[in-house]
Amino acid sequence: MASGAELIRQVKERIKEIDPRDVRERLDGSPNGTSANGSGPDAQRPVVVDVREQHEFEEGHIPGAVHVPRGHLESRIEGASADRSRAMVLYCASGNRSALAADTLERQLGYENVESMTGGITLWKDRGYDVDVPRALTTEQRSRYSRHLLLPEVGLEGQIKLLESKVLLLGAGGLGSPVALYLAAAGVGRLGLVDDDVVDVSNLQRQVIHTGSRVGEPKVDSAEQAIRDLNPDVEVVKYNTRLDASNIMEIIEGYDVIVDGVDNFPTRYLLNDATVRLQIPVVSASILGFDGQLAVFKPYDGPCYRCLYPTPPPAELAPSCGANGVLGVLPGTMGLLQATEVIKLVTGSGDPLVGRLMLYDALATTFTDLKVRRDPECPICSRDPESISEEEMGVFPDYEAFCAAAG
Amino acid sequence: MSTVKIPPVLRPSTGGEREVAAEGADVGEVLRSLAQQHPDTERQLFGQDGTLNRYVNVYLNDEDVRVLDGLETPVGERDTLVILPAMAGG
Repeated sequence: MASGAELIRQVKERIKEIDPRDVRERLDGSPNGTSANGSGPDAQRPVVVDVREQHEFEEGHIPGAVHVPRGHLESRIEGASADRSRAMVLYCASGNRSALAADTLERQLGYENVESMTGGITLWKDRGYDVDVPRALTTEQRSRYSRHLLLPEVGLEGQIKLLESKVLLLGAGGLGSPVALYLAAAGVGRLGLVDDDVVDVSNLQRQVIHTGSRVGEPKVDSAEQAIRDLNPDVEVVKYNTRLDASNIMEIIEGYDVIVDGVDNFPTRYLLNDATVRLQIPVVSASILGFDGQLAVFKPYDGPCYRCLYPTPPPAELAPSCGANGVLGVLPGTMGLLQATEVIKLVTGSGDPLVGRLMLYDALATTFTDLKVRRDPECPICSRDPESISEEEMGVFPDYEAFCAAAG
Repeated sequence: MSTVKIPPVLRPSTGGEREVAAEGADVGEVLRSLAQQHPDTERQLFGQDGTLNRYVNVYLNDEDVRVLDGLETPVGERDTLVILPAMAGG
C-alpha cells in the first residue's frame, strides 16, 4: 500500500499542474489581446476553484474564485462549471489537496481540462498577487447595522455591499442633506460631496445636515462633520467646487451611483451625458414649491434624462427654488426617496424607479407614476457610450440662448 | 369632462388652480379647451405652428401621448391629462 506522500506524488505525475504566474496571466486576459476566433475572452478564462475549507477561504482567496471544499467536490463542482470541457484551475493551500481534487474530477467525473495550481495560495501570496479577503463585520458594525441584517432583502451580503459602495452626491443642500445623512447612517462606504456653497441661515429651513453654529462654513465641511459624528465607517470625499464640463469626468468616474440634486438645467444635461458615457446610474430628483419629481436613470437599461426632457423649458418657465420658494419638508421627502433608490440599486433589491417618473404633490398628498420610454432617437443614449465626445456633453438645442436668458 | 393636472410653473397662468376640468374628444381638443379657459397657458403649451412645445410632456393617465397618437390621442371622460415641464430645483 502506498503512503499518503507516495499517493500525492503519483497523482501529481498524472494530472496537469500550472504555475501561479500562468494562472494570473490567464485571469488578466490572454496576453495576445482579444481573441480573434470569436469565442470571446470568457472562453479562455479558466474557472478558478478554491477547494479548501470554509475558514481558509474566508481568510482570503484568489479574486473571483468559486469555493467548493474538497469534501463536497463531487456534489458541488457542477455549480462551478457543468461544462466538462471548460478550463478549470483548482487550488488549495500548497497544492496537494487541489492535485487530489483534480485527479478526482478527471478520472471520476470526466472533466477534460483541469489543472492544479502548484504551491497553492501560499505561493500565490508570496508572489504578491491580489487576494480577496471577504469582509466580515466587526462587533460594533453588527450592532450598528443589526436592523438591516434582520432584513432578508439587505442582510449581511447587502450590508457589505453598502459598506463597499461609493455614492456621489451632487449638492449638499436641500436634497443632498437628507440623502447624505441617511446614506451615512446606512453605512455607505464612501460618500462624495460636490458643492461650492457656504452654509447660510436661509438654508437651515430644509438643509438639515447643517447647523446654526456652522453658518459661513463651506457646505462640504459642514456636511462632513455631521457624517463623521453619525458614522465613522463612512469615508467622506469633498469637492468644494461646481460641477462643470472641465471637471465632471474626473469627479464622477469610479462612483457606483450618483445622486442628482443640482439646481440648474445645464448641469443636469451635462451630468446625463457624462453618466451615460460612463454608464453610471443616476438617482434624480427635483423640487419646487410643494411638488417633487423622482426618477432613476440607468444608462442603457432605461431612458436617460434626455429621453424624458429633450430640451429644457425657456428660463421663465424654469424658476428656481430661490425665486419661487419650497416647502422645507419637501426636499426631505424627495431626498429620502432618492436614498431609498440608492440602497436598492446598491443591494440589488426591489424594483428601482427605472423607466418611470414619480410625481409627488405634497398639498394633495398624491403620488403619480408615469411611464418614461427610451427614445430610439435620443441624441445621447441611442449611441455607443464611447462615441459620446466631451465637446458635445451638456450641450442642448438653444443652449446659448438658454444660458444667456438664465443669466 | 376630463381632468388636466397643472404643474406648479403653469399655476400662475390658471389662477392658481391645480386641476382644471376640460372638454374634448382628443388630447389636442382638451388642451385647447384649457387654453380657452386660461389663455396664458396657450403660449406655454403650443409653439407658433400649433404643435406641442417639445419641453412640455403630456401624459394621458400614465402614458406619454407622444408614444400614443400625440394630440390626436382620444381622451375619455374619466381620463386624466398630466402636463409636465422639466423642473430643476434642488
